[in-house]
Amino acid sequence: MSLFGQMMTIIRAKISALLSGAENPEETLEYAYQRQLELLQKVRMNMVNVVASKRRLEAQLASLENQLSRLDDQARQALQAGREDLARLALERKVFAQQQIAALEAQVQDLTEQQNRLIEAEQRLRQKVEAFRTRKEIIKAQYSAAEAQARINEAITGLSEELADVGLAIERAEEKTARLKARAEAIDELVAAGALPDYLTGRDVIDRELGQAQLQAGVEAELARLKTELQSGQRPALKEGE
Amino acid sequence: MIVRISGEGQYRLSDEAARRLNELDNELVRLVESADEAGFRARFRELIEWVRSQGQPVPPDELVASDVILPPPDVTLEEARSVFQGEGLVPG
Repeated sequence: MSLFGQMMTIIRAKISALLSGAENPEETLEYAYQRQLELLQKVRMNMVNVVASKRRLEAQLASLENQLSRLDDQARQALQAGREDLARLALERKVFAQQQIAALEAQVQDLTEQQNRLIEAEQRLRQKVEAFRTRKEIIKAQYSAAEAQARINEAITGLSEELADVGLAIERAEEKTARLKARAEAIDELVAAGALPDYLTGRDVIDRELGQAQLQAGVEAELARLKTELQSGQRPALKEGE
Repeated sequence: MIVRISGEGQYRLSDEAARRLNELDNELVRLVESADEAGFRARFRELIEWVRSQGQPVPPDELVASDVILPPPDVTLEEARSVFQGEGLVPG
């Protein structure tokens, strides 16, 4: 079994699919040229998708980063209130958000590289298409019909391989973008379900419990103060008449 | 010999290089089979660097068929497995 051999098989299958629509040499030429133009169009569309996915991921990244400091504050407050359980919960969320951030950052990086490769692929394809167009006319002018055909076929084979390879790169980019989109949606769902703190409403279960804990702590402090006062026999000055 | 790095372009390499590529191909297949992701990535990256440094890029106005086609530089183990199981480059 061979990895490179199978790559060749994949590309050859794509080449024959690309050229299968053409019946005669002149048609093959025209057909290949039309496919080039379509592919250039596809490359541009895919780049738009990649840019949109990247923006969305970056927005999610910013939201998650905002949550980190808030979760940290919550954990600190919880500890001050003697609620280690709540602190633990906040820190669990913080660690989870950090993991999501790391994964998203890696994906934004991937997407950026992919975008650069697509830009290069588009330029390469454009140059090959131009070369093909020029070559075709030169060959037709210089050679007898039979020889011209042989030479044009050579050029078509080279060009078709380029087309097939760009097609493969686009498929791969599309698949990757779809996977990222699914991941971004999954994160949105987690946030909506409250598995991550809801940064939109600003209050969540930790805040509520912390509020309770602070209330309790306040009550305890007040009680303690009153008890101390009673024990020492002191009474705060009251207004006359009371 | 013409070698294509999928998604990147073509390089012209010497014939001795062809034999070396063949050895590397077998080695990569073994790494995929043993599911050694880190080993596979490292070895494949080396291979790509080697082709880039040994080869002469085919000029943009030259239209020529390749003798060997390598997977894209950032191919994953999962994708490579899918390739030689005959399922294509995009798993699914």
